[in-house]
Amino acid sequence: MKIHEYQGKAILARFGVPVPRGDVAFNADEAVAIAQRLGLPVVVKAQIHAGGRGKGGGVKVATTMEDVQRLASSILGMTLVTHQTGPEGKLVQRLLIEQGLTIARELYLGLVIDRAAQRPVLMASPAGGMEIEKVAAETPDLIFKEYIHPTAGLEAFQAQKIAFALGLEGPAVKQAVTLMTAVYEAFKATDASMIEINPLIVTGEGNLLALDAKIGFDDNALYRHPDLREMRDLSEEDPLEIEASKFSLNYIRLDGTIGCMVNGAGLAMATMDIIKIAGGEPANFLDVGGGANAEQIRNAFKILMSDANVKAVFINIFGGILRCDILSEGVIAAVKELGVKVPIVIRMEGTNVETGKQMLKDSGLNFTTADTMAEGATKVVQLSRG
Amino acid sequence: MAVLIDKTTRLLVQGLTGREGTFHAKSAAAYGTNVVGGVTPGKGGTTHEGWPIFNTMAEAVAKTGANTTVIFVPPPFCADAILEAADANVALAVCITEGIPTLDMMKVASVLKDGKTRLVGPNCPGLISPGKAKAGIIPAHICKEGTIGIVSRSGTLTYEAIHQLTRLGYGQTTCIGIGGDPINGTNFIDSLKLFQADPETEAIVMIGEIGGTAEEEAAAYITQHVTKPVVGFICGQTAPPGRRMGHAGAIIAGGKGTAAEKMIALTAAGVRVVKSPADMGQAMVESLKKK
Repeated sequence: MKIHEYQGKAILARFGVPVPRGDVAFNADEAVAIAQRLGLPVVVKAQIHAGGRGKGGGVKVATTMEDVQRLASSILGMTLVTHQTGPEGKLVQRLLIEQGLTIARELYLGLVIDRAAQRPVLMASPAGGMEIEKVAAETPDLIFKEYIHPTAGLEAFQAQKIAFALGLEGPAVKQAVTLMTAVYEAFKATDASMIEINPLIVTGEGNLLALDAKIGFDDNALYRHPDLREMRDLSEEDPLEIEASKFSLNYIRLDGTIGCMVNGAGLAMATMDIIKIAGGEPANFLDVGGGANAEQIRNAFKILMSDANVKAVFINIFGGILRCDILSEGVIAAVKELGVKVPIVIRMEGTNVETGKQMLKDSGLNFTTADTMAEGATKVVQLSRG
Repeated sequence: MAVLIDKTTRLLVQGLTGREGTFHAKSAAAYGTNVVGGVTPGKGGTTHEGWPIFNTMAEAVAKTGANTTVIFVPPPFCADAILEAADANVALAVCITEGIPTLDMMKVASVLKDGKTRLVGPNCPGLISPGKAKAGIIPAHICKEGTIGIVSRSGTLTYEAIHQLTRLGYGQTTCIGIGGDPINGTNFIDSLKLFQADPETEAIVMIGEIGGTAEEEAAAYITQHVTKPVVGFICGQTAPPGRRMGHAGAIIAGGKGTAAEKMIALTAAGVRVVKSPADMGQAMVESLKKK
């Protein structure tokens, strides 16, 4: 799960990470009221779940109250396009109004899980304010890493090593150690999957401050963090994906024309791949889960049929222990109930396959069956072209 | 020979009294696996479907002489169940459960590193040595005894590979589902090492997916240590970046972990990489002919 910058900063502040003073605004009047409280200048920052907001025109400095009013009005409601939003961009519905600060240095600090090492890794770089992937590719020697023992935690010496490598001096070293320790504590306590502070700034006065904050949480751990679940901003997500998540369907919307209904994440990805190989474009990723029972099939059809781009559906179920006659019964019932009009290609494996196929044939509905994935993909691509 | 599980396997089921645990314990036993009992805290001393139930793994292992456990415990308690299995020194723990928090698994991995227990999973279908034993949920009727080793991050895609091979007349020594989570126990390299050392395994199918660098690491290992033919497939060639594709570990992050990178690395290591998941079986037939 992703959250907004202002929410991330609030979490970091709770663990003792210094952040600029600021507050969230949903309209221009609120923005002005916050600016009056903070004093000028302020920074008006668009809050969307994507990076690159500054380049896209979503971050502006205001030196007068008229500026605040004008900038807040123009940024709110704009569709911000950045390298992370895709070409369609994201609608700005919230702003962070924050005190303006003098910046002496921009650093980078990140904490992510290194899958190969099976532990968290603290990463820092003096090249802050840039895309870290770019820094890693072009100047890898400007990235410093410390691997954290999963039970011992971040040791002070590790944080100190990074602080010195960043070229910090005097009281800033101690500040940095405290800050990094706080970031690690926040990471652990919230079951984060990543925390990124880019930039971490040194102010004109020599103080360290998190000028930005990006936090992602481990979805598997959200059950033990009800407070974090409340930070979810549904307006940032695809409405069909939200609907699918209510049915515990794993659904990701794409922009093709062939709706996919598959059991298992790997087979669902492979089904998208084989559709592409057959010359088509998948409309979605959809894993209906191991059960693939009648109710889940109906729910899945509801989601697929809400996508107007879907011209044909490919059902690819490898049940193993699943009974294909029961699956066919579920599919037929769902198609009748929902009045599904598009052609449907079904490839299924499990017990009673032949009975299942016969039932589909006898139903009088628009079904095509296939014995293999490849055959199914070829047929569905043909049918999708009308 | 098979790897990891065979006729000497004495299998415990953690969570045997649950719906999934009961179903799969029965199907493992029906396949000829020696299922020796179950563990459900609070139900010790009872029997379930004829099997003795114990409160703790320590007691279960002491009383049954089990060397393997398969875990069907809900995510909030699952990391603890794996650690309990390790504490009881079972040689192999197979964890089927999906949805264990990553930080919990990190702790488990760090403890297991120094112990005697090998973990397979979590978030996996487990393993099967056709004709000998199964621990997990892989449907036995699609399998056939033979000489191909399979290792995969995906469950149903493993079934697909098994099915293709069996249809073409090629059986399997052992099929290992290593799971779709970012932090797991047994990985590709561990499995490749086992298959390379197993005299009966003639060739290997390796099924990877987007996310992480496990396939690239496996490719480096294959170059150095694997002389048997390997057929590879990577799913997620059309997956959009930045999105988690069902599996917690299946995500292209910061432009890294793409299928293309993995396919290039495996091809360079001499693996016969197929673009289409439908071609895994046929590619194996061709690899064996060439040999």
